[in-house]
Amino acid sequence: MEMLLSGNQALARGMYEYGGEFASAYPGTPSTEILQTIARFFKDDIYAEWAVNEKVALEVAVGASYGGARTLAAMKHVGLNVAADPFMTLSYTGVGAGLIIVSADDPSLHSSQNEQDNRYFGKMASVPILEPSTSQEAKDFVKIGFEMSEQFDTPVIIRLTTRICHAKGLVEIGERETVENKGFERNIEKYVMVPAYAAKRHALVIERLEKLKEYAESSEINYTEWNDNKVGIITGAIAYQHAREAMPDASILKLGMGYPLPMKKIREFASEVDKLFVVEELEGFYEEIIAAEGIKVEGKKFFSNHMELNVDRVRKGFVEAGVLDSSVIHETVETEAVLPRPPVLCSGCPHRGVMVALRKAGVYTNGDIGCYTLGALPPLSQIDSCLCMGASIGNAFGIEKAGKTKKKAVALIGDSTFLHSGITALASVVYNGGTTTNIIVDNRITAMTGGQDNPSTSKTLMGDAVEPVDLAEICRAVGVKHVRSVDPYDIDETYTVLKEELDREAVSVIITNRPCMLFPNKVKDEPYTVEADKCIACGACFKVGCPSISISEETNEKGKHKAVIDHLTCTGCTICAQVCPADAIVKFES
Amino acid sequence: MKNGITNVLIVGVGGQGVLLASEILTEVAKESGLDAKKSEVHGMSQRGGIVTSHVRFGEKVLSPLIPSREAGVILAFELAEALRWVGELNPEGRIIVNDQKIIPTITTTGKFFYPENVIEKIKAHVPGATVVDAYQIATDLGNPRLVNTILLGVLSQSLDIKEEIWLKVIERMAPKGTGELNKKAFMAGRKVE
Repeated sequence: MEMLLSGNQALARGMYEYGGEFASAYPGTPSTEILQTIARFFKDDIYAEWAVNEKVALEVAVGASYGGARTLAAMKHVGLNVAADPFMTLSYTGVGAGLIIVSADDPSLHSSQNEQDNRYFGKMASVPILEPSTSQEAKDFVKIGFEMSEQFDTPVIIRLTTRICHAKGLVEIGERETVENKGFERNIEKYVMVPAYAAKRHALVIERLEKLKEYAESSEINYTEWNDNKVGIITGAIAYQHAREAMPDASILKLGMGYPLPMKKIREFASEVDKLFVVEELEGFYEEIIAAEGIKVEGKKFFSNHMELNVDRVRKGFVEAGVLDSSVIHETVETEAVLPRPPVLCSGCPHRGVMVALRKAGVYTNGDIGCYTLGALPPLSQIDSCLCMGASIGNAFGIEKAGKTKKKAVALIGDSTFLHSGITALASVVYNGGTTTNIIVDNRITAMTGGQDNPSTSKTLMGDAVEPVDLAEICRAVGVKHVRSVDPYDIDETYTVLKEELDREAVSVIITNRPCMLFPNKVKDEPYTVEADKCIACGACFKVGCPSISISEETNEKGKHKAVIDHLTCTGCTICAQVCPADAIVKFES
Repeated sequence: MKNGITNVLIVGVGGQGVLLASEILTEVAKESGLDAKKSEVHGMSQRGGIVTSHVRFGEKVLSPLIPSREAGVILAFELAEALRWVGELNPEGRIIVNDQKIIPTITTTGKFFYPENVIEKIKAHVPGATVVDAYQIATDLGNPRLVNTILLGVLSQSLDIKEEIWLKVIERMAPKGTGELNKKAFMAGRKVE
């Protein structure tokens, strides 16, 4: 039977069919649906959990693999930065049962802070990489990955990209195979990475890489499609599909294994074609390795490492390289530039009131990773930095200590991000005598990625009820003396508390107390409306950036447009009513 | 269509039902015995952003993304989005435009303006553009949420796929208890001139 599955769903299906027993992840676009699919459809056979961050997700996964279960750890590309510490030494210890690490890279930064190419992690750790180019391969490579992991005693990276994760294609469905779980087998020299044992393990890793190179030569997932031999293309992952479509007559060496590369196969392929190209997304990873072997090859000169590839970009590259006729490029049609639609905080989002209070206080805001980052965009424009998960608290302290900034810097971080990697930063600020003001916008959900549970919610991915973590107690435990709760729907209260804490010569934490308005339940209170005759067209409500407020056709005597509220989408949070100087925003009565 | 591959680009704004419509279309293609792929980006869709979904089907589909100017049909759920993407249509292609405006929040900054005379501008590119007031049809049928099924009905006029397959898939994928109503909406769209 065939099903239409996204790469993420197919990978989850692969976990089911090929005897997976354990999966751990921290949510991150484009990888989130892998664990959601496992928990939704396969939880009778596979345990799945949201870990508090990617490092913990991998450490738990490593334990499960040592403990005998075929295991998956999934994360977005930047998640592997967080998990890099266990990852690098995991390469030395090897595995118990098969262990797959999914790295979901995001070329074109559809929903990320950078477009790093995680194939370099495989090379850095001498860990093999599999790169599916379809949903079917995303499933099949789980089988290959587990077998490779167990045969060579190595973790295996399956590297996905957004267009694999979120694209659907046909997948042949099979039955579940059960694999024996042998439990943990004590082996101190393999699992205890003290210098003497680790040195021996490193020697084994070097040997292992040689064996993996031989495997790559014989593996059927690295194969050649012979056509015309004027142009030869080495490619893999989604770039294979674009290249195959753009160059139907070329010969292609398709790499299912992104690292290590089958150099004998590559050398042979190179010798049979007149001109050799590499088509790969992001960095020139294959190209560097192939060129270093003295093989004449071109790639990044024609296929940029900036943003994702597509059929057009590949065609243009080959036209530029002089091997494709320019008639294949369609003339572009000049159309009117249409206004942008940047994503905005939802109607009724509890972060909005905090943004308004911060603006009123006239502070810099070190933001973090979450919905509140959207507060950087006009008209709010209230986030001044966003670097990586958990960075806000340290960033604000650094600005304070640098000493030259007159305005105070405030750290703004969500509940899930605080638990992910904010706690340690806060302990460090207290320890080093900081006086920063830190706001935890606690909406009790991981909202940006679609509403996943975390320790501040009251259930797990498997659906079990749990006691939510007490964020205020955590802050007090690391030494914060001033921890206060505010209602972010009350601008005056939020502003007053913020002002008091800004004036205090001590570190403090302010925690907001309203849930996300989308997850787990939609929040909908009585909607508001604008009384047009009272509206003075001052634009104050426009500046809160609410999608339910728009420009009215009606104008004041100076020709300035009044405001209008869509009562169908207004959730009645009252933020706009609170900023209106003319009391023109009132409850809607149908 | 080119190389035997049918390319349908569905565009709109988060919350309009673009993703469900493309899901149904892809399933319909699969049920017709064809290879099919669909690609879109999740993440921002719930927050008022632009949503595009590429659906491709035929004997064998390679890239999940429709190459520039190779869309055989563009199904636009929103006027400004139709104007934004009309240049992706191939010269023989058909554009179906839902006559609905969704004005983005950014216009309140006074720095960006919703385009004027959108239908005339689209017709300057594609004189035979189909403009549908799906919201009105949906309201007449008693539920404004039927817009996307009505638009799929209009789209079905341009695709060589059996009506019974459409109806079977819509029945299966429509929210519980709305199968009959959605099939009625699809047929209403299929009859739009």
